[in-house]
Amino acid sequence: MPRVVVDVMPKPEILDPQGKAVLGALPRLGFTGVTEVRQGKRFELEIPEVTDDALAQIEKLAETFLANTVIENFVVRVEQ
Amino acid sequence: MKIGVITFPGTLDDVDAQRAVRVGGNEAVALWHGDHDLQGVDAVILPGGFSYGDYLRCGAISRFAPIMTEVIEGAQKGLPVLGICNGFQMLVESHLLPGGLLRNDHLKFICRDQKLRIENVSTAWTSAFTQGQEIVVPLKNGEGQYVADADTIERLEGEGRVVARYLDVNPNGSVNDIAGITNEAGNVVGLMPHPEHAVETLTGSGTDGLGFFTSLAEKVLAR
Repeated sequence: MPRVVVDVMPKPEILDPQGKAVLGALPRLGFTGVTEVRQGKRFELEIPEVTDDALAQIEKLAETFLANTVIENFVVRVEQ
Repeated sequence: MKIGVITFPGTLDDVDAQRAVRVGGNEAVALWHGDHDLQGVDAVILPGGFSYGDYLRCGAISRFAPIMTEVIEGAQKGLPVLGICNGFQMLVESHLLPGGLLRNDHLKFICRDQKLRIENVSTAWTSAFTQGQEIVVPLKNGEGQYVADADTIERLEGEGRVVARYLDVNPNGSVNDIAGITNEAGNVVGLMPHPEHAVETLTGSGTDGLGFFTSLAEKVLAR
């Protein structure tokens, strides 16, 4: 069944406390060279068939429900 | 007055809110998230808790509960609505109030007696206070960091729509120490601290929260 992925990320200008905490832990764990971590969410939606209509609907549900566009950005893509 | 308190799956503070409504001299009406009926109440409280386990985002699933259709419609027509903590999160998710609430900047859940300054006493929920009055009420949240873009903050500040501000300590990293805001009309108020837990001396931190539950009656009597 085709899978549509919706990635939701905090907007760049919004502080991401969880990403910061992960970044802060990296040197303690011996990982160096990472300068920034942002934490977001990934949704995997299965649909019977990829159609323009189905994608438009997913775009709409991502905008109204999966993401809060006041604080988050989202990207919808079809996974092959 | 009849004040409805809505219970969602995972709501914690509905019973305290109902009690605060009664201590404030009003009638409390228990409302259910799954109904499409406000039972003719004069005002609505969205109480605190962890509705739907805070899944997706705090308040994001509750915002689409059946009864929220009537709450949003009513709020747009002037129905007084007070959202406390999780209720505040529902109000921003509903776009009845601007901005958003993020995880506390220090990442920890915080529970403390919090000093606040009441900065807008013209809303439906704050008219019993005096301008600049300092109060102490419990605060308990994990995702209480109020954020909004610079234009929105400027507008809120310029229009005097910051209802309450944190004093002494900013407990969650909220921009400009904002603890609560109101909409343009002043009927919708969102508040991160919990005035419903501070209405009787028996249970601790004083009665400073009571004003939120007596304001409606005073406002009507004053008309």
